[in-house]
Amino acid sequence: MSGAFTKSMARNIFYGGTVFFFLLFLALSFDTHSQLPKRDMRQNITPQVIEGKKLWEVNNCIGCHTLMGEGAYFAPELGNVIVRYGDEGVKAFIKSRPKDGIPGRRSMPQFNFTDEQLNAIVAFLKHVNSINDANWPPNDQG
Amino acid sequence: MQFKSQAVAKPYFIAAIGLFVGQILFGLILGLQYVLGDFLFPAIPFNVARMVHTNLLIVWLLFGFMGGAYFMIPEESETELFSPKLALAMFWIFLVAGALTIVGYLTVPYATLAAMTGNNLIETMGREFLEQPLPTKLGIVVVALAFLFNLTMTMLKGKKTAIAMVLMIGLWGLAVFFLFSFYNPVNVVLDKFFWWWTVHLWVEGVWELILGSFLAFVLIKTTGVDREVIEKWLYVIVTLTLISGIIGTGHHYFWIGTPEYWQWWGSIFSALEPIPFFGMTVFAFNMVNRRRREHPNKAAVLWALGTGVMSFLGAGVWGFLHTLAPVNYYTHGTQITAAHGHMAFYGAYAMVNLMMISYAMPILRGRAANSNKSQVLEMWSFWLMTIAMVFITLFLTAAGILQVWLQRVSDTPLPFMVAQEKIQLFYWMREWAGVAFLIGLIVYITSFFVGGEEEKAK
Repeated sequence: MSGAFTKSMARNIFYGGTVFFFLLFLALSFDTHSQLPKRDMRQNITPQVIEGKKLWEVNNCIGCHTLMGEGAYFAPELGNVIVRYGDEGVKAFIKSRPKDGIPGRRSMPQFNFTDEQLNAIVAFLKHVNSINDANWPPNDQG
Repeated sequence: MQFKSQAVAKPYFIAAIGLFVGQILFGLILGLQYVLGDFLFPAIPFNVARMVHTNLLIVWLLFGFMGGAYFMIPEESETELFSPKLALAMFWIFLVAGALTIVGYLTVPYATLAAMTGNNLIETMGREFLEQPLPTKLGIVVVALAFLFNLTMTMLKGKKTAIAMVLMIGLWGLAVFFLFSFYNPVNVVLDKFFWWWTVHLWVEGVWELILGSFLAFVLIKTTGVDREVIEKWLYVIVTLTLISGIIGTGHHYFWIGTPEYWQWWGSIFSALEPIPFFGMTVFAFNMVNRRRREHPNKAAVLWALGTGVMSFLGAGVWGFLHTLAPVNYYTHGTQITAAHGHMAFYGAYAMVNLMMISYAMPILRGRAANSNKSQVLEMWSFWLMTIAMVFITLFLTAAGILQVWLQRVSDTPLPFMVAQEKIQLFYWMREWAGVAFLIGLIVYITSFFVGGEEEKAK
């Protein structure tokens, strides 16, 4: 970087480039928002799904699991768990976790959910499973 | 030190190092839980330990950034800090809020903590890295605003150098993008979309400005190379950072319900993200080679070169490894991601903070550089921690490749837990590398207390 390219030129490119690419990002985000209703199945977000999402959050499920690939990598992907276990299977699994864990194995806590709460969690997971996420994950194992 | 008020940086640096130790201890717990599944269960389940590990990381890096900025801005602006009292008050508020949050995680079930702390008012908890209770999040905003006010006022009454400007843009960006942590729509796709506006635009955006600015500052001080040259480099690097990194957010929009065109935008722009990191490496080596004086603080120069190389490897190379959509389809949310995360955070943000602490702490303790004995220990800790992190990353990468193959690519895909059991060996090796890292950290802390013949402050 010799004399011809000065600091003030570099500065101008920095400010100009940043503003340009940030505006481009905003434009893409705006377009994404206009397309999302066709993909995120928002028409199916019932109060039960909302309750399920809240339970998902306040019990920090993301601290062990992934959801659509995001989260921790200690326990299985849950975006498609409904495909693997079915509604009843998911509920039975959550319900049957031993309070003190399983000796020597990675263990999920016993959350003592009511049946209503379990239904809400399943409703949320079914909603996530229905989102058009470009065919991810590659197979049912998540 | 040149200005009395720079001394407020000292408690920030000490707190940063203390929290760093906590982060590593919880990292070792997590590593052990990967192989001995019921370790500490149900007292400290994995999700709690992970929250402590990642939140301590964020908080210690923020302490480091704040300490570094309080040290740097008065010197760059050539004037005393606007209000040292405010800076110290914010230090205690941030430390107490951080400590209470960690105690909350460890002593109360998370759902109870959410109920106790008013999560029903604004539901922000339970999202990765943004698990903090509402009062903590509000506390972060207050501390950040007071901090930015203090520094901005300092700059307004003094000189406005390019290095300081880039730092301030980075820090203001940090505060602004944190505000998205308060937005949690019921639509999970929108939730994830804007969650990245905090997480990605922090670590692959504005934080890199902080990194570049700190690096430029320490290089000016230790090499004596002309400010004009260094600031020009800095502008070029941060330009490349933002023009690749902003649209690069798209590499998180491949599989979360967002339109498929993000696979193109995200792949192409995030493939460019290694370039600014490579720029940092070349920058650091180039400036040190062209140095006009021999600074007595050799350890700080080593950290500066180290952060250049390791951020390029961790964020640049390991990021590129899985950023192209056709590759990411298979690697998304596996140990490959964990491998990248570890080396990138260490190489870019842990090391740049350690560089700043290495440069500033001796000055804050009234000397130009530490004794030779102390510096030798510090350099040992550099190599121990850095090599340990290289091995942590390599073992996680190996685990990740096997995981991807067993669970997603082979003709008979295995269930998650079955695949995990088959790759235990690599988790064990990662844990031992983690122990080596802890030894390095202990050596690092020891280096502060060994004494010896010190270089006098000028």
